[in-house]
Amino acid sequence: MLVVRLSGDLRAAAVARLWRPAMERVRAGDLKSLRLELDEARYIDGAGLALLVQLHAEAHAGGFSVELQGLPPRYRHLLDLALRAEAADAEAATAGGNANPLRERLELLTHDLRELVCFVGESAQVVYRSLRHPKGVRWPDVVTQACAVGVQSLPILLLIGFLMGLIMSFQSVITLQRFGGEIYVPNMLGLVMFREMGPLVTAILLAARSGSAFAAEIGTMRVNEELDALTTMGISPVRFLVGPRILSSLAVVPVMTLFFNFASLVGGALVMLSIGFPLVTFTSRVFANVTAPDLIGSFIKIIVFSLLVAGVSCLKGLRTGGGASAVGRSTTGAVVSGLVLITVADGLFAVLFYYFDF
Amino acid sequence: MHMDDGAMNDPIISVRGLTCGYGRRTVLKDVSFDVGRGEVFVVIGGSGCGKSTLLKHMIGLYPPMAGSVRLSGADIVAAEGEARLEILKGIGVMYQMGALFGSMTVLQNVGLPLEEYTDLPAEAIEVVSRVKLSLVGLEKFGQVMPSELSGGMVKRAAIARAMALDPAILFLDEPSAGLDPVTSAELDRVVRSLAENLGITFVIVSHELPSILSVADRVILLDAQAKGIVAQGDPRQLNETSKDPRVRRFFDREARLPEPLSPAHQAEAFQPAASTAAEAHT
Repeated sequence: MLVVRLSGDLRAAAVARLWRPAMERVRAGDLKSLRLELDEARYIDGAGLALLVQLHAEAHAGGFSVELQGLPPRYRHLLDLALRAEAADAEAATAGGNANPLRERLELLTHDLRELVCFVGESAQVVYRSLRHPKGVRWPDVVTQACAVGVQSLPILLLIGFLMGLIMSFQSVITLQRFGGEIYVPNMLGLVMFREMGPLVTAILLAARSGSAFAAEIGTMRVNEELDALTTMGISPVRFLVGPRILSSLAVVPVMTLFFNFASLVGGALVMLSIGFPLVTFTSRVFANVTAPDLIGSFIKIIVFSLLVAGVSCLKGLRTGGGASAVGRSTTGAVVSGLVLITVADGLFAVLFYYFDF
Repeated sequence: MHMDDGAMNDPIISVRGLTCGYGRRTVLKDVSFDVGRGEVFVVIGGSGCGKSTLLKHMIGLYPPMAGSVRLSGADIVAAEGEARLEILKGIGVMYQMGALFGSMTVLQNVGLPLEEYTDLPAEAIEVVSRVKLSLVGLEKFGQVMPSELSGGMVKRAAIARAMALDPAILFLDEPSAGLDPVTSAELDRVVRSLAENLGITFVIVSHELPSILSVADRVILLDAQAKGIVAQGDPRQLNETSKDPRVRRFFDREARLPEPLSPAHQAEAFQPAASTAAEAHT
């Protein structure tokens, strides 16, 4: 029998000092019974109560008995409440304990996959139907989205394009000058920008600027029950929200790529002018080397990229859970998935174009 | 089952054996009830008893684990495609926070279902929308964005939007939540007048006692432990005559938590005496 007398105030400060030695003592395993004499304890705060509750739990686990002597009745009541809460907690833990985590993960995964397939199917149907029956499309929404996706991102797109063209030409000029090959910089610039960088950078900008906005807008609508409201009005959120976004992306992004390419050529031209080549040399060399298949290839690429980015962003938005943090998560998720999809698709295109000699 | 009047021979909503929940957790088990035509029917119960869950299953937002929900004779659980659309056009839903579309004006919000489902010209849609707004006393706020409205106005606008297609049934999720008593009473008056003047059937989820007593024709009381209905009938009658402890607990606003401390003890327990550190002797 161990008798402990606690007197004065049993508050957090005192409990912090007592907790570890007390637990070490009761966990030693040689206790038969423990008696706490609390006649002189005047005040017990939440931490003090927690100490008593934990001692009860330890007694239960270690098979010894605990007796509280002289606990003032006002604390007896609080302690009873706390012990009851503990018991309910333990019950809940055992009730939920027989769930199989692996199975749950698998179910979640299959659920996600099914949703993805449904979404791809529904979006394709929406795009197909809006091309066949243009009257059913909410064109004002498409125009609004096209402005947000295209027109409003034009300044940053032009800036990036101009700087990329300038930097790339400048770096190449420095290297090629050693071999007297500056004259080939326009050839390279035209090819790189039209075939590769134009679609890629435009798609990345689309993911960062518009994809995140899609996910955040739709996600917030989910949180505000607006998506539920659409569903109970019998309006498909995919048709109503995703359709205009995908259509507007498809419409403006190819044009954006052209703007980007043009801006990069301006940047390149500036470099060539500054090292003494006339403008006509630059333009003639660029356009002698960029062929129609290059342009078509770049359009095919950018259309696929914008489908992927707009689609995955909207999907992330639709699948937002509850609360503000969920909107943040789906926005991040939309940008990351967009970037991954762009890169993977670009790799596939490189292989395909090489294979088909495009 | 207790039947109030002849209306129940031809119920507009009948729920049979509805079992629903989330994942593995069952919230409601084998719930059956009818709602008569033109009735203001209120689902009541403490928080966490499954009121909103029941509502969301009744409007077909989630598939139930078992059971059927017939709205105006058609089963919304089994219906798909066009048939489901027809059922959905016959109901209107007001969500807890209104769920107005933030990118549209109030008038456009109300007009949206009309735009989607009718061939009315834009001009006519505007007139109809304005009429609906006047039914809830918002005729002056058509051109305002939802974010500029107060909480009570948002809910009234949401009711106007839910009524756009003249549905036979309106579902309201917690209409008085987060509203002051005066605004809440105004909303109750709107509901009563719509039920009496237009014969709309209302299904309302609520836990606001004064609002329930003033607006409801009939209530069902859900209970978390029973996972179902524990009482139903006229709320005023239930309030006066029921002896069921669960009903009493709701109407008498009795706390479900264990006995609170007596005020004297409370004052003592939370007022520290002069402090000395605890000592331990072995």
